[in-house]
Amino acid sequence: MADSGADLANRTLPLSGFHGGSSTVRLEAAPPAERISLRARAEDVAALSSALGVDLPVRPKTSASANGRSALWLGPDEWLVIADGNGGLMQAAKNSGALHSATDVSHRNTAILVSGPGAAAAINAGCPQDLSLKVFPVGACSRTVFGKVEIVLLRTADDAFRMEVWRSFSDYAFGLLAEGAQDAAV
Amino acid sequence: MSASSNSGSFRIKGAGRLTPARTARFTFDGKSYTALEGDTVASALLAHGVHLLGRSFKYHRPRGILSAGPEEPNALIDVSRDAARRQPNVRATVQEVFDGAKIASQNRWPSLKFDVGAVNNLFSPFFAAGFYYKTFMWPREAWVKIYEPFIRRAAGLGVAPTEEDPDHYANRYAHCDVLVTGAGVAGLTAALSAAATGQSVFLVDEQPEVGGALHYDTATTIDGQNGYDWAQATAAKLKAMPNVTVLTRTTVFGYYNHGFLGLAERVTDHVAKPGKDLPRERLWQVRAKKVVLATGSIERHMVFANNDRPGIMLASAARTFLNHHGVAVGRQVGVYTAHDSAYETAFDLKRAGVSIAAIVDCRADPGEALLAEARALGISVLSGHSVTDTGGRLRISSMTVARNGGGDARKIAVDALIVSAGWTPSVHLFSQSRGKLRFDDVNQRFLPNIYAQDCVSVGSCNGTDDLAELIDEAIAAGGGSVALAGENRFEWTGGMIGAAEGAGPDTTVKAFVDFQHDVTAKDIRLAVREGMHSIEHIKRFTTNGMASDQGKLSNMHGLAIAAEMLERPIPQVGLTTFRAPYTPVTYGTLVGHSRGELFDPARKTPMHALETAEGAEFEDVGNWKRAWYYPKRGEDMLAAVNRECRTVREVAGVFNGSTLGKIEVVGPDAAQFLDLLYTNAWGSLKPGKSRYGIMTREDGFVYDDGVVGRLAEDRFHVTTTTGGAPRVLHHMEDYLQTEFPHLRVWLTSTTEQWAVIAVQGPKAREIIQPFVEGVDISSEAFPHMSVAECSVMGVPARLFRVSFTGELGYEINVPADYGPAVWKAIWERAEPMGACLYGTETMHVLRAEKGYIIVGQDTDGTVTPHDAGLGWAVSSKKPDFVGIRGLKRPDLVRENRKQLVGLLTKDPAVVLEEGGQIVADPNQAKPMTMLGHVTSAYWSENCGRSIALALVAGGRARIGETLHVPLKDRTIEVEVTDMVFFDKDGGRIHG
Repeated sequence: MADSGADLANRTLPLSGFHGGSSTVRLEAAPPAERISLRARAEDVAALSSALGVDLPVRPKTSASANGRSALWLGPDEWLVIADGNGGLMQAAKNSGALHSATDVSHRNTAILVSGPGAAAAINAGCPQDLSLKVFPVGACSRTVFGKVEIVLLRTADDAFRMEVWRSFSDYAFGLLAEGAQDAAV
Repeated sequence: MSASSNSGSFRIKGAGRLTPARTARFTFDGKSYTALEGDTVASALLAHGVHLLGRSFKYHRPRGILSAGPEEPNALIDVSRDAARRQPNVRATVQEVFDGAKIASQNRWPSLKFDVGAVNNLFSPFFAAGFYYKTFMWPREAWVKIYEPFIRRAAGLGVAPTEEDPDHYANRYAHCDVLVTGAGVAGLTAALSAAATGQSVFLVDEQPEVGGALHYDTATTIDGQNGYDWAQATAAKLKAMPNVTVLTRTTVFGYYNHGFLGLAERVTDHVAKPGKDLPRERLWQVRAKKVVLATGSIERHMVFANNDRPGIMLASAARTFLNHHGVAVGRQVGVYTAHDSAYETAFDLKRAGVSIAAIVDCRADPGEALLAEARALGISVLSGHSVTDTGGRLRISSMTVARNGGGDARKIAVDALIVSAGWTPSVHLFSQSRGKLRFDDVNQRFLPNIYAQDCVSVGSCNGTDDLAELIDEAIAAGGGSVALAGENRFEWTGGMIGAAEGAGPDTTVKAFVDFQHDVTAKDIRLAVREGMHSIEHIKRFTTNGMASDQGKLSNMHGLAIAAEMLERPIPQVGLTTFRAPYTPVTYGTLVGHSRGELFDPARKTPMHALETAEGAEFEDVGNWKRAWYYPKRGEDMLAAVNRECRTVREVAGVFNGSTLGKIEVVGPDAAQFLDLLYTNAWGSLKPGKSRYGIMTREDGFVYDDGVVGRLAEDRFHVTTTTGGAPRVLHHMEDYLQTEFPHLRVWLTSTTEQWAVIAVQGPKAREIIQPFVEGVDISSEAFPHMSVAECSVMGVPARLFRVSFTGELGYEINVPADYGPAVWKAIWERAEPMGACLYGTETMHVLRAEKGYIIVGQDTDGTVTPHDAGLGWAVSSKKPDFVGIRGLKRPDLVRENRKQLVGLLTKDPAVVLEEGGQIVADPNQAKPMTMLGHVTSAYWSENCGRSIALALVAGGRARIGETLHVPLKDRTIEVEVTDMVFFDKDGGRIHG
């Protein structure tokens, strides 16, 4: 989807105006990003990786990043590909010539950036995953639950996560994170 | 003995671990007391000589403090900070005193000392076990009016708070390699051992400090250090390790499958002025690879006549109050025991200056070492004797002692009586993990036998009594190597279960087995006599072990009495099931963050704020907030909806359709897949066109409907009902993965990718025209059921020409972030043209005027496409689709099925009620033959009358017939019609 800079004036971001956290956790809405839901069979992964400029990971709970693009493994034939700004992901996938399904979900999802020493504890207020660095290292990702909503969680640094969530669930996710952040600070 | 300061005349100087200078004030039933920091309510009151804490559940007998821990069945109190922060049924032996605490006794009126309900005690012969089952049988009406209200009033202790809880609660998920529950010698040792291996360790204990039995057992040393001090030092060492989490005041209340445990951490219940950021309690949901159970054991009481008077308590409890809290439970204390442990309590009390009236031991030959120590301390031991009765009203004043097997009884004055019938291993969590127990015949106890999960029991919960053995066992369980040497003074032996001397089957005395539910040995025998032979039946008949303490003290005694009556060995009588929670857990802890706005996600569309600004009233559709109608000043709902309905048909209306479910179906086999999932044929649908589709289940009944647009050969934009979106996607994915995995097609939910702005009405084209680029939207180039990818206000969009109103209509899909800007621009143009915003109610009315169904309102899971008048949407050419065989079932092709038809009331002003039953003859005898029911009914401003849709048996053949809808106060006459009430030839849609 071609989002020119001028269009931003016409955009209403789902979490605009949201900010919060605690003494150990920082919560902020991520800037808009381009996203596709990519589906393909194993034999087409190489062609798509090359066309997208990022190696689609094939191991569960892993992601790969290159050229401003991140590919998150969600299932054996499913990836969430996120690009900074307007990355032309749909066209890039099309250029691969490989059999695939790419669907623009740039506006379906939004993201909350969770960082700080209490980040994992804050997320664990609603996410049952083991977020220890051993089990969920930097780059690990998972489609999982957070309280009553579905999220895709990506660890971007030792103490930083990106929580992708469908837009209408984002204020719930932010609210629960805020409570988790508070409890992670006491 | 000397009283220390004003924290109670039963404080013993130099005894206990509390600091005399650190005091806290609290009230009990309005009277003010001083406690020491670290006191429980129980220890603080005992320090002031207060033993009477409550009235029993059934007989309202005066009751005191039986234990010093979570097993307490008697001393249940009401604790409050302020009006809103009040909790009933708190165990006084667990609740720590905080400054300003208001404590109240329960189950008494008008006062604890004079309680009218105590009259029940006099009538106790009438309240035997099973009394309720037998008495409240008939007449039937009395249940609702008399029995149930009476039982409800009488049942339960304590009064639930009525105000909203102002505290907040937290939840935390966690994982660890080893979770150790219980921080006594065994648990601490196991944790040390596990931590030494580098594994991640949770050590959890329900008490404020670690130590377990070391709280009272001052005779044990570890590595030459006082046991309790060693425990604190060890906990500090563990806390400092990065791989160890130590949680105190935290109860492991449930052990579920795959190493999943529920923990309740009490964060502020002991704090006088908790910080606002602190949760009152925190629920930990922990997944542990391995669990070490070091839960210890619980001392049992003796079952004898009038064994429930205040002042009678477990020996280990009295020892805890003395050695930890520095409180003597009396000045002239009797001892009645079947186990060695009570001797050590007596010795400690005696050394602290308390007079011991006598140790009454029902065993003939207590160990020589104990007898020697007793002699040395000048305590008289009556072995082979029993306490056969007690005296006193609100507190024990005497015990009656007799030689076993008969002989003269004598009364001995006491002001407290400590008892021990031995120890019951705490196998609750082990059993919750589905482990199987075995009965240890020698020691009369159940012990862990077959494990169902990766867990190990260590210490006294495993029947390991010897200290050295216990330490070795705990080290092995932790998997590391630690060197520790423990030493204790006496090896304990003895114990009994069941009724003691003088409370046997030949007596009618009240020898309490279950204090909290007032179950006596006699009640259990009665249950057996009345034919209950299974322990599960006996439990339910007598309610033994069914109170909130779950029979921690009573189960073994109850079982033994039943086994004796049944003349069967205990393992054959069985054991009742141990269930979570181990101790009561507050609702707040379980609810956690799910309150207020976090109770459930409220899904809002991108245009929600704009709709709100326009004065929309919202309705809940699933989790979505949808604009329902837009009242102008002075309008009620009907007036607003009438105006909106009229305006849409006369000019145009703008509607938010964003919540509509959307699924992108992509791949070379997409059309083939849709052919299999819908009743319609899709192969013939050209890109740029859309079609209304019906989805049936295998059984042939309508599952969902929606418009499907073909964007390209291999790409479809599928829409579903708002409520159906998740289940339709799952349904499709299910079939794709299990039935049609060979198809090259993928499904993606795009519901939230698109903001959908519907513009409907004669002026719809004129309104949207200037915003649309890249497609000719003239009626010729872009007729009804067209779809195009184009640009709206410079934003990439998907434009549908589609109508759920019967008017000329468009649905503009733009990426969601752009929704508000596009909505605003369209509304700014539409409003001056005389258009309106309309909500879901108007949408419902307009579609009903056209006879368009709503799945789930006009269908109910038993309606076929043919029943709904949608037979045209079922392809007769396709070889297969989900539901094709279901639709051929005899019952689904039978004549006279309920069919969807229109109903017009004879009186056009009368609006039917949805759900109203339809009959042919309103004068027939009841129960009447019902032909069907009204599914949709509205006032139609555009028709100038009421309209309705209904499912009616053989409905289409009845068109023109008069039927009746009987209501409570009147019967409404209706005429059966077709389903289209407005614009019958359908010309407007092509406008």
